[in-house]
Amino acid sequence: MEEDKKFDQLFEYASNLRWKVGDDFHDQLTEGIYSDASSITKRVVHDDQSHKTYHFDRMLDKILTSKKYGFLIMGLVLAIVLWITIEGANVPSGLLDSLLLGTIYPALKNLSLSLGIPWWLDGFLLDGVYMAVAWVIAVMLPPMAIFFPMFTLLEDFGYLPRVAFNLDGLFKRAGAHGKQALTMSMGWGCNAAGVVATRIIDSPRERLIAIITNNFSLCNGRWPTQILIATIFIGAVVPESFSRITSMVAVISIAFLGIFFTFFTSWLLSRTMLKGEVSTFSLELPPYRPPKFWKTLYTSLIDRTIIVLWRAIVFAAPAGAVIWLISNIDIGSLSIASHTINFLDDFGILIGLNGVILLAYVVAIPANEIVIPTILMLTVSHFGVAGFGSGDGVMFELDSYMDTSRVLEAGGWTLLTAINLMLFSLLHNPCSTTIYTIYQETKSWKWTSVASILPIIFGLIVCFLVAQVWRLI
Amino acid sequence: MQKQEMPEACETCALNNQSRLKKLGVNVENTDFVIALAGNPNTGKSTVFNALTGLRQHTGNWAGKTVTRAEGAFQYNDKRFKLIDLPGTYSLLSTSEDEEVARNFILFGRPDVTVIVADASRLERNLNLILQVLEITDKAVLCLNLMDEAKRHGIEIDDRTLAKDLGIPVVPTSARSQKGTAELIKVIYQVASNEIKCKPHRIQNLKKDAKEAINNLTARINQLYPGLPNSRWVAMRLLDGDQRVLDGLKDGSLLS
Repeated sequence: MEEDKKFDQLFEYASNLRWKVGDDFHDQLTEGIYSDASSITKRVVHDDQSHKTYHFDRMLDKILTSKKYGFLIMGLVLAIVLWITIEGANVPSGLLDSLLLGTIYPALKNLSLSLGIPWWLDGFLLDGVYMAVAWVIAVMLPPMAIFFPMFTLLEDFGYLPRVAFNLDGLFKRAGAHGKQALTMSMGWGCNAAGVVATRIIDSPRERLIAIITNNFSLCNGRWPTQILIATIFIGAVVPESFSRITSMVAVISIAFLGIFFTFFTSWLLSRTMLKGEVSTFSLELPPYRPPKFWKTLYTSLIDRTIIVLWRAIVFAAPAGAVIWLISNIDIGSLSIASHTINFLDDFGILIGLNGVILLAYVVAIPANEIVIPTILMLTVSHFGVAGFGSGDGVMFELDSYMDTSRVLEAGGWTLLTAINLMLFSLLHNPCSTTIYTIYQETKSWKWTSVASILPIIFGLIVCFLVAQVWRLI
Repeated sequence: MQKQEMPEACETCALNNQSRLKKLGVNVENTDFVIALAGNPNTGKSTVFNALTGLRQHTGNWAGKTVTRAEGAFQYNDKRFKLIDLPGTYSLLSTSEDEEVARNFILFGRPDVTVIVADASRLERNLNLILQVLEITDKAVLCLNLMDEAKRHGIEIDDRTLAKDLGIPVVPTSARSQKGTAELIKVIYQVASNEIKCKPHRIQNLKKDAKEAINNLTARINQLYPGLPNSRWVAMRLLDGDQRVLDGLKDGSLLS
């Protein structure tokens, strides 16, 4: 009672005062702060505006955020970063490959032979688990170790805030947050890292949009698939002198289709499941700073690369086991894999893919990197293509495009299969590492399910439509 | 034999100072003082945090910043300090999640010292937050960071006059190259142990009516709720019609 009386007294007193002060007290306060700030600044800051770094920063800002060159430069920077990542990763990937699969794998096989370990245990552990883990390390580590430091260097230098500034308007129109530009570009390296990066978005609604749509950024694990299939199938339909450029255009179109789906899905979500106002945020363009190279290298390797790689390995091991098991356990005269492929084949063909591809996407869920090796292995063992691979359940890749193309054609691939695979590679569920990360970040099964299922629905629709149109013409 | 006094120069020598500093990393048990680290984004707040605690919290706001507050500790002159890295904000007056975390901690976490990290080359913009923090706390230190960058831009700052105007110690630093952090630690220690008394700047450029209203209401609050910290801030929030502060007073959650 006593407390209530005290409060009422104070409330009445404050209300009276508010009448006197007027209802623009907040503005008065803000103005007061600003004029204090400016009078203090005048007394203590001596600014030599003729200094040249001052003008250099502003000049750089004018170019990087200009209407004319802003987008062009962004595209160029992105292209260079991706090119360095993909090209630069080839060498270390090759080295890791020859070490883990070319040297250690045969040594382990010999060891298990001399120890007399039964074939099924040897196959399960070495051909299944070890193979998948080694594969993921060899193909995943180098691109991430190159992409993340470059991304962090751009961040340290101050370029990334300018990217957000440039794309802010577009995202706003889609009902999303301007900083989603950054999580989207992070996704081109790795979707799991892109999902973690959404922490920079304060509003939960817009953060969910950024998380759900991150999968539409073509990640490091999918670029090689796109390039391989485009080179074999799409480059082959045009005269040889144009084949390189054509396949490149095809891959870039897929990446842009991904950007389109990012905006489209953001727009769709912000008008249906995630309705709400776009939150305003002040975007300060920090000064350009020379990045600390070695420190950046260290932190981005530890903070991003190693964590993501570890998660991928944890998921790859059981998947390797499953891949080996379904190819080696027979029911009747056929393996589980073959039964499943036969079962999925009709539906696969209907949407312009096939049973092998659908099964590969189910079992290779830990990492997009092992989809192509799984497809090759399943094709060879299901169709009995002679002369390729090293046995049921053992993933492999071929050095020459010619051989790969021969295997895939033996599996019944056409140009339509290739195009739809490229589309499906863009539009399917995120890898299990990303799904796990989404759950970690949202702690919600509902949104984790939406983020996993929505892309696959898009993928099935798009592939079905393309197949129907293709068959009409 | 007469005890020999240590020469003057050693007292202010950075190396001497550093030898008394022990970075304790994440070991935040049994600390004597709690220090809050506030500041605008992109002022090198996390760099200062890392320099004091020896931790390697990721710096940079754009790709994977830590939204939850980070904690670390260091020891200086036998006193243990817990350091809380608050989210970087431009203001404390709005309702975004980051600002609320920072504001509530400074108000109700009752840190012994609030260190405000500011970008020396953008002082005017940073003063907005600095002045707001000074409204809600009595013990603060201004860490004028990125001095190297300001110099590169041809900006000079009279830090003595600034300290006088703000009523709190000002320490110029370049935390990326560890410059000035030793001095910063010393000043934090001195403010925490009341060796240095702060007389923080309060907002001056207000209309007469508003000033009077704040003063009268503050007096009334102190009379009705003696012991309520930050009564001046509560008065300003009430004049602003902040419903949550009203509720906090009514249900007593603001008083505990």
